[in-house]
Amino acid sequence: MIKVSNLSFSYSPAGPSVLSDINLEFDRRTTAIIGQNGAGKSTFVKLLKGLLKTDQGEIFIGDYEVKMKTAAELARQIGLVFQNPDDQIFKRTVLDEAMFGLLNIKIGKSTAERLAVEALEMVGLEDKLAVNPHDLSLSEKKLLCIASVMAMDTDIVIFDEPTIGQDHAGMEIIRRIIQELKKKNKLVMTIIHDMDFVAENFDRTIVFNNGKVLLDGETREVFSQKEVLMEANVEPPGVTQLAERVGLKNTILTVEEFVQECGK
Amino acid sequence: MKKIVVDGLKYKYPLSEALALQDISFEIEEGEFIGIIGKNSVGKSTLCQALVGLVPHFYKGAYGGKVLVDGLEVRNHSIADISRKVGMVFQNPFTQVTGSKMTVYEEIAFGLENSGLPREEMRQRIDEVLRLMRIEHVKDHSPFDLSGGQMQRMAIASIMAMKPDILVLDEPTSQLDPAGSEEVFQAIQDFSQQGITVIMAEHKMEKIAQYCNRVLLLHEGRLVDFDTAEKIFSREDLKDYGVTAPVYTRVCRALGVKKQGCDGYPVTLEDAELALRRSFA
Repeated sequence: MIKVSNLSFSYSPAGPSVLSDINLEFDRRTTAIIGQNGAGKSTFVKLLKGLLKTDQGEIFIGDYEVKMKTAAELARQIGLVFQNPDDQIFKRTVLDEAMFGLLNIKIGKSTAERLAVEALEMVGLEDKLAVNPHDLSLSEKKLLCIASVMAMDTDIVIFDEPTIGQDHAGMEIIRRIIQELKKKNKLVMTIIHDMDFVAENFDRTIVFNNGKVLLDGETREVFSQKEVLMEANVEPPGVTQLAERVGLKNTILTVEEFVQECGK
Repeated sequence: MKKIVVDGLKYKYPLSEALALQDISFEIEEGEFIGIIGKNSVGKSTLCQALVGLVPHFYKGAYGGKVLVDGLEVRNHSIADISRKVGMVFQNPFTQVTGSKMTVYEEIAFGLENSGLPREEMRQRIDEVLRLMRIEHVKDHSPFDLSGGQMQRMAIASIMAMKPDILVLDEPTSQLDPAGSEEVFQAIQDFSQQGITVIMAEHKMEKIAQYCNRVLLLHEGRLVDFDTAEKIFSREDLKDYGVTAPVYTRVCRALGVKKQGCDGYPVTLEDAELALRRSFA
């Protein structure tokens, strides 16, 4: 679905390179992108979304090179939920905010409203349609941003740290949305720091370190490589660490797997 | 010595029908590290703000009961007076930044300037917290050019520089990666070991379990329980309050393995390892 070849990027010509020589292909597996702050994760997804332009290398989405398309054209294909909701939100009501993208791709007003309300129902904000987004809590703002992107029904959906500030209920909503998108055969990509959430929800995991791809593979395989992860300053999920410490042989990703393995 | 005494605190925001805090009472000893947990919108941030006086002085609203911070009754003292004892790190670092300073260095100086500290002392303190929070390399950057994680470190540094007796933090590591958040927790623990009282609202239960002496569980504006992490996270009804126990506790509970010499389940990686090894042996 997406093919990235020899991608390099820096914010200023003389500045340090933020990404260097990235080669990746994305299929429809749910994909987690992990790595330290400053590893280049957010820059990478902004390049995919066409918000930044490549210095070197190519990004193809389907048959089109991203560089050749405008951000408006890309909006129908690829949705990005920003890390900081205040960078994304600017309308006066929750409903207007969720409808904004739809109206911009020339969806009729009544259809746009229906799609927006459906998306807001998915995140549990349907009783707050008339509320000013700036009166929402941080976690609600994040959910509103997710709904606004969900409403666009794009083939590719990228989340930048969706779980920040979420409690158990919020995490469950995000988990459900990821499963739902997967069922609809969409490509879901998420930048995230919560390793237990990664282990439970993502098929594929990519580790970024200093602007390069350090590891890429099935999530279980990635989390089994403790030493390589340490290079990127990433620790395996808590449950994986515990399993290893008590001597379970397989790489464990969830509490259920742990209990099953002990029952053997 | 009792550092914080909250007695029958009730509070309602203006224009709101429901009480945000309902009859809350608890006491905190000097030097304790306290975690506040509960689902979103149950009053965690409001309680934090009641400890620094933003509730009721800034938000107004209806207020009952008493909050004593190091002997000062919050209701009868100005935010300026209280700020000399208690420092608060906001949930969203973007809202804490003054917006009136051009560099990170000056931003951290803001509170110190306002409390009239001598220049040399200011420089010393700023250098110290820049180092402690590992943001020396961005000290000349504009506060708004920082990444989320760097901004959060700056927000914590600005408050630490004030050397408060009591440090209140509202989800201080939400923007940080795991390694960064571990670093910040350790820095806060160092503070706490120097005798500073720390109160922190947080969703990262593994961290709460590892670092806090006691945990305060809030639900719908009420205090449900205030006890050790083992006791709180071993509660059968934890789910009803929208809280998930640390993953180590969930594994041990599913296997029925309790912590040695205690009626609860282990809450940290180390304790879980010990308990499981014993049960496997």
